[in-house]
This record gives sequence, C-alpha cells and structure tokens, in this order.
Amino acid sequence: MSETLKITDLHVAVEGKPILRGVNLTINRGETHALMGPNGSGKSTLGNAIMGHPNYEVTGGKIELNGEDVLEMDATERSRAGIFMAFQRPMAIPGVKMADFLRHATTNVRNPERKEGEELIPMRQFRKELKDKMEQLKMDVEFARRYVNDGFSGGEMKRAEILQLAMLRPKFAILDETDSGLDVDAVKLASQSIAEIGGAEMGILIITHHDKLLDQNVPDFTHVMLGGKLVETGGVELAQELYTEGYERIRAAYPEAAAAEEEMAETEALAH
Amino acid sequence: MSSTLAPAGFSQETFDAFLAARDEPGWLNDLRASAWARFNELSLPTNKDEEWMRTDIRLFKLGRYSPASELSEIESPRALLAEGVDLGGSCSSVDGLSVESELSAELADRGIVFGSFDKVISEHGDLLRPYIERKLVDPHYDKFSALNAAMFSGGTVLYVPKKTRVEQPLHSLSTMTDGGVDLTKTLVILEEGAEATLLSETASTSTEAGGLHCGSIELIVEKDARLRYVNLQNWGSGVWHFAHQMGHVAQSAGLQWTIGALGSRLAKVNQHVALTGKDAEAQVNGVMFTQGKQHLCYNTHQHHQAEFCTSDLLYKAALQDVSRTVWRGMIKVDEGAQRTNAYQRNDNLMLATTARADSIPGLEIEADDVRCTHGSTSGRVDDQQLFYAMTRGYTRQEAVRMIVTGFFQQVFDRITIESVREALGEAIGQRVRDL
Repeated sequence: MSETLKITDLHVAVEGKPILRGVNLTINRGETHALMGPNGSGKSTLGNAIMGHPNYEVTGGKIELNGEDVLEMDATERSRAGIFMAFQRPMAIPGVKMADFLRHATTNVRNPERKEGEELIPMRQFRKELKDKMEQLKMDVEFARRYVNDGFSGGEMKRAEILQLAMLRPKFAILDETDSGLDVDAVKLASQSIAEIGGAEMGILIITHHDKLLDQNVPDFTHVMLGGKLVETGGVELAQELYTEGYERIRAAYPEAAAAEEEMAETEALAH
Repeated sequence: MSSTLAPAGFSQETFDAFLAARDEPGWLNDLRASAWARFNELSLPTNKDEEWMRTDIRLFKLGRYSPASELSEIESPRALLAEGVDLGGSCSSVDGLSVESELSAELADRGIVFGSFDKVISEHGDLLRPYIERKLVDPHYDKFSALNAAMFSGGTVLYVPKKTRVEQPLHSLSTMTDGGVDLTKTLVILEEGAEATLLSETASTSTEAGGLHCGSIELIVEKDARLRYVNLQNWGSGVWHFAHQMGHVAQSAGLQWTIGALGSRLAKVNQHVALTGKDAEAQVNGVMFTQGKQHLCYNTHQHHQAEFCTSDLLYKAALQDVSRTVWRGMIKVDEGAQRTNAYQRNDNLMLATTARADSIPGLEIEADDVRCTHGSTSGRVDDQQLFYAMTRGYTRQEAVRMIVTGFFQQVFDRITIESVREALGEAIGQRVRDL
C-alpha cells in the first residue's frame, strides 16, 4: 500500500488572521514536491500547520497520514508517526549537546511507544551511526559536541537540520528553505545528501525560492502558493519558470489569490 | 519525633540543660556562654534590616522549636552525594546529635581528623581550639549566628595536616526529623599544602517535614591548600533554614565551593568567601531549584583582601510555581587588593509566570587596578523551543526537563565531581513538572 500525506481544503489562521484559505495537496511516499511562491504567501504556515505548531490554528479542512487524522495528534505524535520538518530558523537549546539531543530524538522516533526514562539506543550503535552520517554530510565530529543550534551560523543550522533528517529517516519531510543561507557548494552537498538519504524512500515537500536545491532533487510536482492557496501545479519546468520569470504571470492568471496576497501583506505591514 | 523531655523553646533552662549534658572544655563553655548572652540580647531580624528586606520571617516562631536531647530512631534518608563514590570516611547526625563517624585507618594514621563535632572535640580539643576561637562566623552578627555559636552540635569537623593529600572524598549527612532542630556546624581546616574533598548534605526524614536549621560553616584553607566542598541542602518543605557560611582562602590556596539548594520553606544564607593571601582563588557554584511557596535568599560576598586573587561565582536557579529566590551578590575589593579578578553571575530560569527571582549584584571597589564583572539574566522556557523538541519526538515533559537540564549545564560543567553532578541533575529532573 502506498503511504500518503493528504491535505484537504486546509484553512489555517495565526492570531485570528486567516493565512491558508483552502489548501489541497497529496504527497505519496517516494515523491518530491516543490512548493514555491512569493514571501508571505503562506508556505511556512503550511509546514508549521502540518507539524502541529500550537500558534497555527486549523480552522477547517483535514490532514491525514495513511487515512489517520493528523490533526488529532500533537507535535510529538506527528514526529513519531514519521513527519519531519527542517526549519528555516531552528531553535537553540543551550547546554544540550547535539549528540544527546539526537540520541533521544532518534530513539523516540524509532520507538514511537517509548515513554520518558525508557532505554535509549545503545551508545555505541548510536555513535557509529551518527559518525557515519556526519561523514557523509562532511561535517566535523566536533559538531556533535556543540549545543543544539547555539551560536550556529545560518549555514551550520541548515546542515544540522539535514543531519537530523538523516538520523530520523522520516516518511515525510518538509524542507523549509533549507537552501537559504548556504553557499553554492553547500547547497549542492545538501541536495546530494537529501537525495542519498533517500529521496526515493521519503515523500518530500521542498519549500524554496531557488532552483538550486531542485537540481539534485528534481521535483515530480511543483506547486505555486499565492494568497494562501495552491493556485497552480506543474512539473519541474514550472519551478524553472518561476525562478527565472518570477510571479507576474501567476498573479495575472489568479487575480483573486493575488488580491488576497496583497491584503495579507497589508495586514502584516500594519501589524509591524 | 524530638524528645518531649526537653524544655520548650530556647530558654535559659534549655541552654543550661544543653551544657550540662556535654562534657566540653572550659574555653568552649565560655565561648558558648558569651554567644548565649548575645543571643538573648538580640531580637530576630525584621524587614527593616537591609539584608532581610525581601525575606519575611514574621511567621517564624523560634519558641516552637526545641533542641533534641535524645537520639530519634529513624531510617536515614538516602545519601545522594555518596552514591558510587569510594569514601575515605563518613559521619552522620540526626537533629544535631551524632550517630556515627567513620574514618579509614589509613587516613587516621596520617593525622587526619574527621567526624561529628561532638566526637572529635573530646579527643582533639586542643587542636581545634585556635580555629574555633578564630570565629570565622561572627557569633555577634545576628540572633541566628549567636544561637549557632551557643548551641552548635553534631555537624562535621575535618582537619587535614600540612602537605597531606586526601584522595578519597569524605561525606557527612545531617538529618532532621519533622519539627526537629538542627544546629550543626561544619568546620574544615586544611593546613598548608593540604588537599581534600568534603561532600556534605542535609535532609529531612520526609519531603514535607518542618523544622529549624540554624547552622554555620567555616572553611579554613591555608597557604597552597586545595579544598573542594559541596553542600547540598535538601530539607523538607516546611523547614526554616538560617545559615552563616564563611570561607577563608590563604595565599595561593584554592577553594571550590558548590552549593545545591533544593529544600526548605524559607532559606536565608550568608555565604562569604574571603581571599586573604596573594594568588588565592575561589570558585563558587550555586544550583537552585525552587517550587511551591519556597523562598530562598542568598547573600553572597566575595571579599578580596589581597592582590592577584581570583574569585568566580556562578549561581543558577530554576523557579517553579509561586516560589521566589533572592540573590544579593557583593564583590568587595580592599584598597591593597590590586590585580583582583572577580566575577559574579546569576541566571534564573522561570518555569512559571507566578515565580519571582530578584537578582541584585553589587561592587564595592577600593583598589584601582582590578577587573570586576557581574551579570544576571532571567529567562523562560520558550514555547518555540518546546515545539522544536516535540517535532523531534520529545514529549512536552521530556522537552521541558531537557531544557532545564541544559540551563544548568554551564554550572554542572564546572563541578568536577561526578556524583554531585548526577545527584543534582537527578533531583532537578524529578522536580520539573509539566508546564
């Protein structure tokens, strides 16, 4: 049976303001989807809503994982069910070493029934696995001893997120601008890693402004978000078009969504 | 249960009965009598005293407590700091009455003196006399210091002769019964070039127990000596804790002093470190976790009396429920103490919006070539951090515990004794509740 993350008519509000206005998206395991769209169109909101961020209120619609209601699950359960997001700005956790953080995380995700205090993956096995993955990602071993995202550069944070992706091996992964803040070589390395980690095994949703990450992770589908809706879906050629031509054609073709986008931008501007 | 035969409160009768029951040298009787006179002259502090402005003890009734005259038969609480440690000796007391004192024959042969005060004083009175008469903690400072000086008992004495290194840590446990009284004194003397580690802890017979602790700690670290001293306060949640603690660090000597404060209803502690000789060093570590209605007040004092000395104080507190901490830190640099390097820092992690932490650093500098810095922070467990950890498979509770443990890591990193790090980490982990 093919595994599926299915989003139906999803409406999400933040602090009472509607951001997503009816998103439909189906990702099968093994597929790569690109999600593009101008700033503030709701791309990260979709990611956060899928992960179960408490500040993102789902006001309508459904998210299902193999037919199970994801909205009933908290963030912990979603993660243990195999949904992952590489964050744009991951949080620092001072005093907690990356290796310790990941050992707990990996154990929890692999043993979804684990209760706090129950056994962790054996240290030796975990260390070896972590070392292998870090080598693959050309990361210095010192990285594992640093505190989670504490004092990391933008690029280090992104690489740390990819390392977590590699260790946790989710069924579905959302990569929220994992390419921003990385130089050309780093993006290439990141793209290769994602492909190696198992693009074929995972269902991936890549949120991006650029086409660089997509070179190695050629999307099966490209979706365009505008004003909180997916207005158009195409193949890889759509991603290339948006990257080179921008969103003029899209805005013209979907005036209603473009108006919603403008309204959202104004509310945002007023709020600041 | 403390004995019902003891006279109620701290009356003249109480004191006379206390002295009569002890067979101590005359000079010590005189010291006690003079402190007792002072105790009777003084009133309890009020919020008009600067040190007590933020610490309200109007509900404290001294007359409700009486020192025990007979040893209670109790099961000792688990000694947290001794777990997995190869000890050179250990001693324990219940309600200030000595239970056992043990020291390995090898250490005793090398001239080390260790044990409960009551046992040690009969045999080593002459040795200890000059140190006790130094009165590192001033008996006349306040009513509590006077009471301790008049009636101290039980507690711990450690004496290490010149150039003697004690590799194995020594351990002491002071237990208090519910409603009991603990007037223990800790006296540590490291002669020139000596080295030792003392792990001491205080605990009640139950987590909700009440009682009165009025204690003193005197640490004398002579030239070139090195002392690691750990004090874990884990009283029941009804205990009033009043303590005067004083460290004296001589030329080129080093003191690492770690405090863990977990228990008590209200604690008011004066912790004072004096650097009295050139190149002396002191590191002070504080780990506090408060909950319920606890109120912990620490007045710390880093007193630089000589040149080229270093002092480094780091206090970290996590606060839950409606608990409150007060930290007043003072770095005092005397006129001659040039090239002083002094640092003090207090970080607080608020686990509830109803908790409160007051952080009041202070500097008083009379030398002109010094480096003195201080800092304090107050933060919360961030919802974004919790969410992030949850997206990595952590339960919310597990995430909170991880973040709190991470908060303390900086101070744990400074504690060089594994059993202490583990005991503190475990105790904190158990206390953290759902946010």
